Amino acid sequence: MNKKQKKVLYRIIAAIVMIIVLELLPLTGAIRLILFMVPYLVVGYDILRKAIKGIWNRQVFDENFLMAVATVGAIILGEYTEGVAVMLFYQIGELFQSYAVGKSRRNISDLMDIRPDYANIESDGKMEKVDPDEVAIGSIIVVQPGEKIPIDGVVEEGNASLNTSALTGESLPRSVNVGDAVISGCINESGVLRIRTTKEFGESTVSQILDMVENASSRKSRSENFITRFARVYTPAVCYGAVALALVPPIVRLTVLGMTPEWGQWIYRALTFLVISCPCALVISIPLSFFAGIGGASKEGILIKGSNYLEALAQSKIVVFDKTGTMTQGVFEVIGIHHNIMPEKKVLEYAALAESFSNHPISKSLKKAYGEEIDSTRVSEVQEISGNGVTAKVDGDEVSVGNQKLMTQLGITADDCSQTGTIVHVAVNHTYAGHILIADRLKPHAESAIKELQKLGIQRNIMLTGDRKAVADQVAQTLGIHEVYSELLPGDKVSKVEELLAGKKEKDKLAFVGDGINDAPVLTRADIGIAMGALGSDAAIEAADIVLMDDDPLKIAKAIQISRKCIRIVYENIYFAIGIKILCLILGAVGIANMWLAIFADVGVMILAVLNAIRALFTRKQI
Amino acid sequence: MKKTYKIDVDCANCASKMEEAAKKTEGVIDATVNFMTLKMSVEFEEGKEPKEVMQAVLKNCKKVEDDCEIFL
Repeated sequence: MNKKQKKVLYRIIAAIVMIIVLELLPLTGAIRLILFMVPYLVVGYDILRKAIKGIWNRQVFDENFLMAVATVGAIILGEYTEGVAVMLFYQIGELFQSYAVGKSRRNISDLMDIRPDYANIESDGKMEKVDPDEVAIGSIIVVQPGEKIPIDGVVEEGNASLNTSALTGESLPRSVNVGDAVISGCINESGVLRIRTTKEFGESTVSQILDMVENASSRKSRSENFITRFARVYTPAVCYGAVALALVPPIVRLTVLGMTPEWGQWIYRALTFLVISCPCALVISIPLSFFAGIGGASKEGILIKGSNYLEALAQSKIVVFDKTGTMTQGVFEVIGIHHNIMPEKKVLEYAALAESFSNHPISKSLKKAYGEEIDSTRVSEVQEISGNGVTAKVDGDEVSVGNQKLMTQLGITADDCSQTGTIVHVAVNHTYAGHILIADRLKPHAESAIKELQKLGIQRNIMLTGDRKAVADQVAQTLGIHEVYSELLPGDKVSKVEELLAGKKEKDKLAFVGDGINDAPVLTRADIGIAMGALGSDAAIEAADIVLMDDDPLKIAKAIQISRKCIRIVYENIYFAIGIKILCLILGAVGIANMWLAIFADVGVMILAVLNAIRALFTRKQI
Repeated sequence: MKKTYKIDVDCANCASKMEEAAKKTEGVIDATVNFMTLKMSVEFEEGKEPKEVMQAVLKNCKKVEDDCEIFL
């Protein structure tokens, strides 16, 4: 609790003690009134002061003013205890609210505790701590074990394992070596790293993330706008209701029914109305729910740019995926060697050596699969046959590596492969030696990601890809996706998404998931653009509405789950708070609910709504 | 032009009143108050001096909610 809150707490305690003592004393008349004014003023003087200022500024529907009218009215009617108690509980409610909000503000900023305080710069052999803002691009910074990497850069010296959990929610450490790019916000767990910075602090990942999270709740959701509008109408409506309740029934009784007007009773009921007139529970709990939801998601490595996107995500019915980089790793890998007449390792060795001078992704994957140092002196007479492959002499043997066309050209019969992917045929001394199957590997969680989405009731999972139909169909089949559109150019993806957008119902939202490379236009066009593995990619962070920090497709389902939970809480709070208020108004109008019940309902609803809102911060750990 | 200011206010309803008041101030195209992060972002009209406009915004905010502060 801060100073201000503590002061209010002491005033509340003092007032409670005084009320109890006064209730026990056998007091009557003016002395009782005067003595009851003491706790009243102790607990409510600031409300009264604000109320007077409110009148001065012509703010009639100011809640301080309304609370002042209600309590002063009760005291005039002779209900001293009630008057003081209403003020007391109102203050308890306000205190609780301010405490809870402060607490969750701190909770969420702790979650995002990735801001580095300093950077270590080495000069003249001595280490110096400087403000990360002052470090220029290309400087060498030193990160010791236990420290945060302050600025994005490339490792110049040293190796270490990095804890990225604050950024990605991923608990497994990542190991980095010389030449690897590292992003700010990771914690160095072992080993000293010397890093050459590639960005300024302001452009670094950490700054971008913090900026995004801090600005997230400025984009307001429909529910928040609804509540703002509701609050604007609700308070005046209840106040006019109170005036009507105080005047109409007594006048009707007096003139039409010829009964006693009972002014006191009706005015009391009207004052009960004023007690319920504050829309606080709603106005605080809805933004708090969204704030907590966004905070909880960022703990999981899911950054949501605004509560409107959280709301839209909860309504998503169609999820469209990009294939490469989203569902697959986006890197080519040797996944099999078939029809080989010599050991697999030998086939690979020939292929890797023959291709050793090429920088094509296929050659790279061959070299990677071979895994040993390439001795280029073993290779001679390399001849590239454009688009088809390469022939070379390896250890004196004539080796040809390439596609079907190359084999036909050389008059060698090649066996076709039953699996889809890129096939590299290898012939040694004009004899077929087998083929190597190279394909883009599925991400480990891709299959379960689709299953989870189906479990969540996502009606359509659609995959778009620029890849060949055979490859796309096979991937889709493995994953259990029924709708696939293949051989699309980047422009075709946009028009496909537009077609899907036009064909769906207005309230069903369409989410597009991509890796942020080449698909920025689609990310912008979809109802919700989700970029994954976007760490360090400025364009993707810019274009997307939701950013998944690591590249695990399971996070898509997780994000939808979090958003739905948050929206459920929002609706619970809206219905619950409005429901109880209306119930109290009705009971108050017919005289069943007195002021005690009204204030308890008001403060109680607020406390429950706030506690419920904080629930949005906690995410289930299952997936 | 858009600028963000740190604010201090106690209740959520007061925050939305401040937002309303800021929006109505001359020279302001749009304003959003974020109660959770205690920030106000204001979009100014072309050619207006933010400093002067913000003085008016602060005055209008004080009118609807006495107990508020904008750190200019």
